[in-house]
Amino acid sequence: MAMTAATANLVELRNLKVAFDGVQVLHGIDLDVARGEALGLVGESGCGKSVTWLAALGLLPGKASVTGSVRLEGRELCGSPRSTLEQVRGGRIAMIFQDPSSSLNPVLSIGRQITEALAIHRGLRGEAAKTEALRLMDMVGIPDARRRFDLYTHEFSGGQCQRLMIAMALAGKPDLLIADEPTTALDATIQAQILDLLIRLQAETGMALVFISHDLGAVSQVCERVCVMYAGRIVEEGSVAQLFSSPRHPYTRGLFDAIPRIDGPRKRLIPIPGTVPNPKTLPQGCAFAPRCSRTTAFCETSPPSLLPQKDGRKLACAHPIELAVAGKAERKVPEDLLQ
Amino acid sequence: MIRFVLVRVMRAVITILAVMTFAFVVLRMSGDPAEVMLGPDVPQNVIEAFRKSWGLDQPLWIQYLAYLKSIFTGDFGVSMRDKAPALQLVLERVPATLQLTVPALILKLLIGIPAGVYAALHRQSFADRGVILLAILGFTIPSFVMGLLLVLIFSVTLGVLPSGGQETWVHGILPTLTMSVGGVGILARFSRSAMIEVMGQPYIRTASAKGLKWRDVVWGHALPNAAVPIVTIVGFMVGSLIAGAVVVESIFSWPGIGRLLIVSVSNRDLAVVQCILLIVAATMVVSNLVVDLLYGWLDPRLRSPASH
Repeated sequence: MAMTAATANLVELRNLKVAFDGVQVLHGIDLDVARGEALGLVGESGCGKSVTWLAALGLLPGKASVTGSVRLEGRELCGSPRSTLEQVRGGRIAMIFQDPSSSLNPVLSIGRQITEALAIHRGLRGEAAKTEALRLMDMVGIPDARRRFDLYTHEFSGGQCQRLMIAMALAGKPDLLIADEPTTALDATIQAQILDLLIRLQAETGMALVFISHDLGAVSQVCERVCVMYAGRIVEEGSVAQLFSSPRHPYTRGLFDAIPRIDGPRKRLIPIPGTVPNPKTLPQGCAFAPRCSRTTAFCETSPPSLLPQKDGRKLACAHPIELAVAGKAERKVPEDLLQ
Repeated sequence: MIRFVLVRVMRAVITILAVMTFAFVVLRMSGDPAEVMLGPDVPQNVIEAFRKSWGLDQPLWIQYLAYLKSIFTGDFGVSMRDKAPALQLVLERVPATLQLTVPALILKLLIGIPAGVYAALHRQSFADRGVILLAILGFTIPSFVMGLLLVLIFSVTLGVLPSGGQETWVHGILPTLTMSVGGVGILARFSRSAMIEVMGQPYIRTASAKGLKWRDVVWGHALPNAAVPIVTIVGFMVGSLIAGAVVVESIFSWPGIGRLLIVSVSNRDLAVVQCILLIVAATMVVSNLVVDLLYGWLDPRLRSPASH
C-alpha cells in the first residue's frame, strides 16, 4: 500500500509538555504512531506514560497546562475546540484504563454504556444499537451477552469488565486504541487472556495499538516497537528485539535486570538503586544520573537529547552500554513471547 | 423485597410508637393542663372536676392505655380549648403550612442543586467561592434572624412586601424565602461535595474518553452517581414539610401547624399536641421509607441481594 509522507503516521506527538500547578511532569515528548502498529510505552509509575496520552486527548484536569503538538493525520488536536476532541475521542482514538471495575459507571447498565458510544460515533440507536452492542460483547468474549446486556458493573468480574471496556472502546471503530495498563489490576491468568484478546482484535480490525505498561513481558508479547520513559522523557526507543537483546540505556538495562527469569540458573535480581526523582526537584542534567552506575560529571550537568542511532533505535544517554556483539546477545526475546 | 418492606414497616411503627409514648409522658409530667387552662384563681373543686372529666385523675399508665386504644380506633381525642376533634383542628392547618413549605422546598431544589453542581464543575473559581460563602451564610444564620432581616429590608425599609398575615400570596413571599435560604445552602454544599467526589472517579474519565459531550458526562454519568447523598438530604426536607415551619410561622403570624403547636403546647392542650407530633413523626417516617426505596432505584449495587 502506497502511503504519502503526510499520512505515513497516524498520530505524531511533537515536544508535548505537561505541567501541573507549575511543576513540569512531561518534558517534551516526540512520538509517532504508524497505522496499524503496536507500540509499547514502558516505565515506572509516575514517569508520564499515561499523562502523555491523557494530554493528547485533552483528558487531563483543567489545572494541567499542555503545550506542544498532537497531530492526528496531520490535523492539530492540541488546543483545538472541545467539539473536535469529542469526535476524536472514542471515534478515532479510544482509550481503556487500568482499573476496569471502577472505570465503568456503576449506576448505568453495561448495555447502555456500550450503546451510548455506538450512538455518538456510528449513529446507531434502538434495536440496531443493541444488536451491534451484543456483537461487540460477543467479540470480546462475554458469554451469554444477550442475558447480561442489562446487568451492571458490579455483576461482572474484573476481567470481564476489562473485556466490556474494550467492547466499548471498539464501538467507535477507532484507528488507535490506547491501552493504559489494561492488565495491571487483573490476575495473572486473566492478564494473559486480555493480552490475547488485544492481539487478536488488533489483527482483526487493523487498528493501531499503544500499550502502556510497566510489564516488559506483556509489552514484548503485544508490541513490535517500544519506548522506554523515565521522569517525563523518552530515554530509549527501538524494536522489541533490539531492546531485549541489547538494551543500551542504563535504565532500560535496569528494567530488564529487575525481571525474574523462569529459565536458566536462579540469580539474584538486580534492583535499580534509589527512587524515581520528584518532578519538583529534578536533577539538572540527566534525570537518571543519580541512580546510574555510568554517571560522569557531564551527565550531571547536561540533559541528553533523544538521538537516532545507527541501528535505527533512538537513545538519550551520554554513556550508553555498548552494543552487544551479534550472536552473543545477553538476552533474547523468549521465543514463546513472540508468536 | 417483601422481607425488606416488612422490616422497614415494623421499624416505622416502632418509631411512631416511641414518639407517641415520649410525647404522652413528657406532656403530662411537665405541667398540669387544668391549672394552665383554668388559671390560678380557680377553686380546687373546679380543678378536680376538670381533671375528672378529661380523665387526668387516673394513673398515668391507665391514661396511656386508654390513649392507645382510642388511637387504634381512629379517635385522636378532643381539644381541651376548642372542644373540637383534635385531628380536625390539625388537618385544617395543614394546607396553610404546605403553602409555605412546598414552594420553599421547590426553591431549595431549583437553586441549591444547580448551584452546588455549578460550583463543583468550576472548582476554585470565583463562582465556586461565592457559592460556598453564600451557602455557609445561608445555613448558619438562624431562621428567626433571617426572617427579621428580610422584614427589616423588604417591609420596613423598602416597604414592598408585607411582614405578616396570610391574606394574599404576596404575604407568603417573605416566609417562603426565609425558610428556603437554609435549605438552599445545605443542598448547595452537599451537591457540590458529592459532585466533586464523583467527578474525580475513573468512570467519568472513561465517559469523556469515549467522546461523550461534556453536558452528557455531567448530567448522564456524574449526577446519577451523586444522587444518593443529595436524595438523603432532600428526604429530610420532605419529611419536615409539616413540622419545619414552626419558627417562621410564628415570626410571620402564619396560621399553620407550627403556630398551632406553639399555642397548644403553652396551653397544655394534650390531644392537639399529641396529634401534631403523631402526624409529624408519620411524615418523617414515610419520607425516610421512600428515600430507602429510592436508594435501590438510584444505585443498582444496593438493589442486588448479592452485594452488601
